[in-house]
Amino acid sequence: MGFLNALPGAVAQGLIWGIMAMGLYISYKILNIADLTVDGSICTGACVCATLLLNGCNVFLALLLAFLAGALTGLVTGLFHTLLGIPAILSGILTQLSLWSLNLKILGKANVSISSRSTTVLLTSLDNTNAILVAGVFCVLIVVGLFLFFYTEIGLSVKSTGDNPDMSEAQGVNVKFNTVLGLAISNGLVGLSGALLAQYQGFADINMGRGAIVIGLAAIIIGLSVSRKIKPNFVVSLIGVIGGSITYYLVYTFVIYLGLDTDLLKMLSALVVALFLALPHLKSEYFTKPKLPPELAAREENMGGKKDA
Amino acid sequence: MLEIKNLYKTFNPNTVNEKRALSDLNLHLAPGDFVTVIGGNGAGKSTMLNAISGVWKPDYGTIRINGVDVTNLPAFKRASLLCRVFQDPMKGTAPDMEIAENLAIAARRGTRRSLKWGCTRANREEYRALLAQLDLGLEDRLSTKVGLLSGGQRQAVTLVMATLKNPKLLLLDEHTAALDPKTAAKVLQITNKLVTENALTTMMVTHNMHDAIAYGNRLIMMSEGRIVVDVSGEEKKSLTIDQLLKLFEAGSGSAFVDDKEMLSR
Ligand SMILES: Nc1ncnc2c1ncn2[C@@H]1O[C@H](COP(=O)(O)OP(=O)(O)O)[C@@H](O)[C@H]1O
Ligand SMILES: [Mg+2]
Repeated sequence: MGFLNALPGAVAQGLIWGIMAMGLYISYKILNIADLTVDGSICTGACVCATLLLNGCNVFLALLLAFLAGALTGLVTGLFHTLLGIPAILSGILTQLSLWSLNLKILGKANVSISSRSTTVLLTSLDNTNAILVAGVFCVLIVVGLFLFFYTEIGLSVKSTGDNPDMSEAQGVNVKFNTVLGLAISNGLVGLSGALLAQYQGFADINMGRGAIVIGLAAIIIGLSVSRKIKPNFVVSLIGVIGGSITYYLVYTFVIYLGLDTDLLKMLSALVVALFLALPHLKSEYFTKPKLPPELAAREENMGGKKDA
Repeated sequence: MLEIKNLYKTFNPNTVNEKRALSDLNLHLAPGDFVTVIGGNGAGKSTMLNAISGVWKPDYGTIRINGVDVTNLPAFKRASLLCRVFQDPMKGTAPDMEIAENLAIAARRGTRRSLKWGCTRANREEYRALLAQLDLGLEDRLSTKVGLLSGGQRQAVTLVMATLKNPKLLLLDEHTAALDPKTAAKVLQITNKLVTENALTTMMVTHNMHDAIAYGNRLIMMSEGRIVVDVSGEEKKSLTIDQLLKLFEAGSGSAFVDDKEMLSR
């Protein structure tokens, strides 16, 4: 029963990546920016955390600093975008590229292992029950924190910044500041997720963030497709995103269990995300049936036109 | 209240598309003035409002609102002084946020936003009362996402948002032009009510000469980036469209042509 044994691990990873996906939700859904920084900042969080732990740093302090390091990367992208006027996507790419060098410097080499025997870690893949518990607690705290923040005066204005920047500016909202703030919080969460991930898997690797945005997007798409149907409010959406992330890892684990070539997984994820992103377009372009005006529909119904349908 | 001095703005300077949109514009509004603004397409009406709200910096000249020189102030820092409603009903509200949340954003215009609750229960009651004045039934839909409202409803909400904090200056840029005639009339009526009740200094751009004459205490006409007609008081009250067209010819040296206006007559 290889698959059943792998389930707890999938849930744990899903929860950890759920934190990343919530971060991405802030940039992608709230600010309306596809922020590619995350591929770098998740790794930055892992590298900062691993290096600190190996130097005997307290694990909570290491997590906090990983969050701040992630937030800093978001700040840089935000400033590229707002102060220097570089398009958001490019700003993210630029930060991401520089982070590759920076992450290597932080880590010292391409790959560093943090053994749970010699260092104190909060969670490890050797104990999935505990890992689920720890990652779950983090998820709950973050959902509550984000809920509270986004209903404050500043939080609401960050929402409106993404929803309608012109209107926000006209209402005296500092749109540039809010964009930077949102990107910082977003990448802070991504960094935190990377730090937890490094502890969980027992190593940090400078390639570990590659394609993270695709996983995050997949989690958001899966999650929102369900949560939208339940109740389209903020908390339900966040919970949906975490659920989406867990679903992603369950499917991922299942596909591996089926014996699929793991080298192909990134491509498959990308294709699935592409398909889902394209769905609204495909629907409206190719699958919308001509809609009967209500009075005609009523007439048809009266004439029994629907009976044999 | 508003003082514009020698304002110039040229778009795409030194290119084939060079366009002088404002040319030595001068205007002085007294507190409580309700000015209607008319002029042909491209006369510079929107450009004037853009300059006042700080979309970009003018090439030359100064703008003062309530004694404050705002010429070099970024748009969001002028928000405590002025508010603006656009022609496009989509522009003035955040579609993915609730009606109450939109109003809450507007209610904090000009104050420093903090980590206090962004939309309290007391706020909601206050907004409910404000919306009830509109007589559109929106007071019972505080939690509805604004994106679900019709254009006229959105524009009405935008007007409430704009007047919520009694701005020193209210700028309306053909804000009823995208609505069907019946809705437009209703929104205009709401506008008149909010403006006169709060004695707001207002500039309202319109394409409809009847409205321009019927509303407000002062009327200006623009042509080629400057003001060519300026009537107020008793003279405005008794104005007819024919007189207005004559005044325009005298002021600008050419006949008034404007497709949209001709159609709306
Ligand atoms: N952002 C811009 N870039 C280039 N040209 C502009 C811009 N805004 C306005 N213009 C030009 O300035 C002139 C005045 O435009 P506008 O103020 O929008 O006219 P209206 O009186 O119809 O509102 C027009 O010729 C217009 O094409
Ligand atoms: Mg215009």
